[in-house]
Amino acid sequence: MKKYSIPTLLILLAFGVSLLAYYEIIDLYIQSVIMFIGINIILSSSFNIINGYMGEFACGHAGFMAVGAYVSSILNVALFTQDKVFGAPVLPESMALMFFPFSVIIGGIAAALTGLLVAIPSFKTRGDYLAIITIAANFIITSTIINISSIGGARGFMGMKTIVFAMEDVVDLPWMLIWVFVFTFLCVFLIRRFVTSTYGKGIIAIHQDEIAAEIMSVNTNQMKLVAFMFSSGLAGVAGALFAHILGYINPGSFGILKSTECLVMVYLGGMGSLSGSVISAILFTLLIEGLRFIIPAMDSGLHMVHLLPASYHLSQVWKWVFIPMLLVLLMQFRAEGIMGNRELSDIFPKLKRWYQFK
Amino acid sequence: MQWGSFYSLIALGYTLVYGVLLLINFAHGDIFMVGAYISFFVTAVLLGSYTVGLPFALSGTMVLALAVPLTMILTAFVGVMLERIAYRPLRRKGVNRLYVVITALMCGLILENGNLALLGASRKSFPEILEKVVYSVGSFSMTNLKLLVIFSAILVFVILQIIVTRTKIGMAMRAISYDKFAVPLMGIPIDTIIVFTFILGSSLAGLAGLLFAMSYPVLDPFMGSLIGWKAFIAAVVGGIGDIRGAFVGGFLLGFIEILVMAVFPSTFRDLIAFSILLIILSMKPTGIFGVARTTKI
Amino acid sequence: MKLLEINKLSQYFGGLCALNRFSVDFEGGELRALIGPNGAGKTTVFNIVSGFYQASKGDILFGGKSLKGLKPHQVTRQGIARTFQNIRLWNDLTVLDNIRIAQHHKLGYGLWDNFLRTRHYLDREKTITRESMEILEALDLVQFVDELPKNLPYGIQRKVEIARALSIKPKLLLLDEPAAGLNSSDIKGLITLIDWIHKEFDVTIWMIEHQMSVVMSLCTWIQVIDFGSTIAEGTPEQIRNNPAVIKAYLGDDAI
Repeated sequence: MKKYSIPTLLILLAFGVSLLAYYEIIDLYIQSVIMFIGINIILSSSFNIINGYMGEFACGHAGFMAVGAYVSSILNVALFTQDKVFGAPVLPESMALMFFPFSVIIGGIAAALTGLLVAIPSFKTRGDYLAIITIAANFIITSTIINISSIGGARGFMGMKTIVFAMEDVVDLPWMLIWVFVFTFLCVFLIRRFVTSTYGKGIIAIHQDEIAAEIMSVNTNQMKLVAFMFSSGLAGVAGALFAHILGYINPGSFGILKSTECLVMVYLGGMGSLSGSVISAILFTLLIEGLRFIIPAMDSGLHMVHLLPASYHLSQVWKWVFIPMLLVLLMQFRAEGIMGNRELSDIFPKLKRWYQFK
Repeated sequence: MQWGSFYSLIALGYTLVYGVLLLINFAHGDIFMVGAYISFFVTAVLLGSYTVGLPFALSGTMVLALAVPLTMILTAFVGVMLERIAYRPLRRKGVNRLYVVITALMCGLILENGNLALLGASRKSFPEILEKVVYSVGSFSMTNLKLLVIFSAILVFVILQIIVTRTKIGMAMRAISYDKFAVPLMGIPIDTIIVFTFILGSSLAGLAGLLFAMSYPVLDPFMGSLIGWKAFIAAVVGGIGDIRGAFVGGFLLGFIEILVMAVFPSTFRDLIAFSILLIILSMKPTGIFGVARTTKI
Repeated sequence: MKLLEINKLSQYFGGLCALNRFSVDFEGGELRALIGPNGAGKTTVFNIVSGFYQASKGDILFGGKSLKGLKPHQVTRQGIARTFQNIRLWNDLTVLDNIRIAQHHKLGYGLWDNFLRTRHYLDREKTITRESMEILEALDLVQFVDELPKNLPYGIQRKVEIARALSIKPKLLLLDEPAAGLNSSDIKGLITLIDWIHKEFDVTIWMIEHQMSVVMSLCTWIQVIDFGSTIAEGTPEQIRNNPAVIKAYLGDDAI
């Protein structure tokens, strides 16, 4: 029983939420928030592999997300829809449902290969240089996309909504929600298995003492490659899902700002803590959405106490002042994040009685 | 060449701070942006066209002459505040360098978005204070402004080289990068040196901001972002921590960009420039002038 | 075939010559020491043998195979393990994990097995854990299995590091100043331990050491190096009375 408690809990959760969505008890907005939470969980935990467990400082996660988003979107749109550039659909729309998970995975693989390209130059360099390489890679990826006008360039790419509708035509269920659940669970599941295996612990060893790891038979170059590909591949999966939820993507949404969001989530949750990444992703998404309402409230409040001149209104831009400030304060007072490098089971040992997280 | 000068000036600031603190001050690009905005306000005030009207009119060159030091001082002030408020407490606690880098990144974002939030999305237009004079040599033509920019960059570089290699404070700066703990034991006040470094770096960024605003008179809050990242990469390619590296790196990037723009359509500029830089880095990982720091086993 | 042959090894760091035509042979099974004043080049020899530096000149043959161009983890897979002057354990991983990770070269499963947690994966992990526990039992470290090295006394950390090196089942064990930082009772324990390891595990041991009590009581053959080349070698008795050795350590006036 203990062994299956977590999976059953998660399945119940997914089932419950999907049911609520199906009967439209929760509206589209809340559904989208839940889906973004899922995507952020994938982004945050996959980024944690490199920045947390392996202790490096990479900053280009959004670039890999972009690769996954574009590859899977293009694939789906080309295969299933009538498009200006790609012409007639190759396969019937009814197959869109079956093919969708594959398109996501293919997006992930493309992102993983990109990660490979980025990781190789990083071998000869140390420490801070990885930051530069990943930032440059992020820029290069977005610039490349901007330059390919056949997929929309800077104006963006769309058509994914048709795919979603096609899926719903086959079986009428809130499919994107379901897919997000599936892939989020899968992602966290895989990461968990990776870092609890002796193989995966190699990256923690590299973090703590790379020279000792190398001399104790860990093939550090290979481990770094694997970790990087794993991390960027999952980012690609997140990107693919992101693209299909929005129905429209453009290179601008995968720039440094998005990478910074990922950075915030990882360090908020705690380097090297999977439960930390999950928790911080949830909190962060809620915070961003919450600020949408809190800022106007603050605005009226400040006007009422005459702290703000009548002509000036707090705009949503302040969101991007609060969030970095939050992280700055976090660094000042609790630099290790919410969970440090511990997992939930370390803080609440009694929980271990109820589950066995495999 | 002119672009190269901008990159150099900013790259020098990055390298100074990194050389001393081993900290990548990601907020530096935004200090540049702040500098540009400060110069805007300073010039506007001096020209009497803003809130306060001055009792006498100043000629264009005089405005420039006053604006330069004022901008540099005020921008330096911003940089030092940043150090004081955000970096120093972390330094005191001796936390992992990584946390300071993240703080720097976040401060940069705060500056950008704070600007956007406070001053609004409308771009500011920088007033013209220097009369344009065009010099022509053969088929080459250059404005006096461009000459001024390039000249300033070279001058700054020379001054910095002198400071770092000849003066006591320069030596102290270099000493800190080798061994942070031994330096105070030798009676050198670390905090003062660090503040001095930030003053130097930030005032340079301010100067760059002023010159940039004069050359490309439209200001917006995110102008520092892309230029900052590029200057940073230029500093690294040149060999971060080494002043010659930053100088050379900045101009190198400028050259590459011009070359690229001459051959490819302009949207490829960033893409190819970055790729070339990455290639250079992979061939010489510590940068052109960089010295590898070896670890003892 | 000799276990280890080092032929005229020279190493230059920029203009500095750290090793000058250094040579040594091991048949296999010896317990030897490499001693010399600070800066003589001893750790450089170890670093080259374990693959961390590539020799400027000269070659190293291990079991007849050249080690030239091999990366450290490949050298380890050949059967050479080492410990370090400053203990390099993974301080935030348990002692058991420290030993298990050293088995990376013979994990025997791939990513698929890992993700799917197949029978094969579970078997291999069980074997690795069992073998790691065996080493810990042999060295009497079982009570520290779940401890973090940073919380353990220095002498125990040293033992764990040696256990980790042993877990690779090496044919040649390089110990870089194993007695560094130990107090006298720990040192006595170390001497007994090394002696026991030498016999029990049938492994060739080569150590760098400054503590003469350790060297003299354990080693049958000592090699003294100064300024990158051998200045003397022989039995402990011969070395003790060798004027060149005394001069290297204590200077001309001591003669």
